Amino acid sequence: MNMMQEADIKQAVRQFIFKSIRLPDLGDDDNLFESGIVNSLFAVQLMTFVEKAFGIEVQSDDLDIENFKSLNATTEFVVRKNGRCAA
Amino acid sequence: MEFKKVAVVGAGTIGIGVVTDLVMHGLSAVVVDISAEILQRARSEVLKNVRVAPLLSKTLPRVTRDEAAQRMVLTTRLEDVASCDFVIENVTEDWEIKKSVYERLEQVAPPEVCFGANTSCVSITRIAGVTRRPANVVGVHLMNPVHLMPTVEVIRGLHTSDSALDTLVALLSRLGKEAITVQDLPGFVSNRISHLFMNEAAFVLQDSLASAGQIDQIFRKCFGHKMGPLETADLIGLDTVMRSLDVLYESFQDPKYRCCPLLRKLVHAGHLGRKTGKGFHSYPTA
Repeated sequence: MNMMQEADIKQAVRQFIFKSIRLPDLGDDDNLFESGIVNSLFAVQLMTFVEKAFGIEVQSDDLDIENFKSLNATTEFVVRKNGRCAA
Repeated sequence: MEFKKVAVVGAGTIGIGVVTDLVMHGLSAVVVDISAEILQRARSEVLKNVRVAPLLSKTLPRVTRDEAAQRMVLTTRLEDVASCDFVIENVTEDWEIKKSVYERLEQVAPPEVCFGANTSCVSITRIAGVTRRPANVVGVHLMNPVHLMPTVEVIRGLHTSDSALDTLVALLSRLGKEAITVQDLPGFVSNRISHLFMNEAAFVLQDSLASAGQIDQIFRKCFGHKMGPLETADLIGLDTVMRSLDVLYESFQDPKYRCCPLLRKLVHAGHLGRKTGKGFHSYPTA
């Protein structure tokens, strides 16, 4: 397993978000849920993606919408969890 | 009234949500469906719901997966509902299937037990007519995702007693839910109106007037709805939406409920919405 760089993690998260919601002008800190772009169920999709793509297990203490509220928040969460590439 | 064990008959999308809600609120659920495979899938989905619930709600009780698993009994034997305080039926929106289930439930559930008919369109009075306890049949239109929805449309059938209504409202209150009680006609209030939105949105898409994303964004951003009509249909399941429209069409004999051909085509293609990863929108997992 190779450690992914933060920029690679961010790019992978960005691709997943854009594949799901197709909003090219989405800012890295834009709150996905408060803006009404997606509903909170998208957080579950994002969490599942993060677990599969980076080989981390989201613990019960991590289940806070703050960790998945934006592209940057999700990237920082993966970095904090020492995300590794699952491949 | 104290509830200890509630029967959940039908472990599809809504049934899974009902079981999630029950076990998260400390109640036991006897979950009935026709195959072990369906039941195992339901168990797995319930445990997944329990796990991610804190992400979606700060008010739901926190329950471990082990606690949730211990509160579920999975069975293919309808007779196992005999020990339950209340029955919530969530089988497919198909009259022949519902009729057959209620005929059998009548035989196996004690006569004082109330049946909560969880349906989005079928008349509660018609369902009650299949049983010998019409006063104890009450409609409950639980919406997806059940454990996250704070309010429920409750339906008083022509014969439904005050006591049966009170029992259902007490159970919903135990689950932290408020009831809005309405009278009985197919589709009640919610689906009679919402399905016109969803169906017409499908016609708009079929006519290439706008993309699915644009249609939903207009409802979110202009009307302030939490979800647009097409993503709502995806969440419910396009097969369920199609069947509900068919029931409304048949019940009212009104062409305004004729199902959009594009919606029917997606169902035939197996694109049923979130549960299959594709409907009007796509739902990639990785």
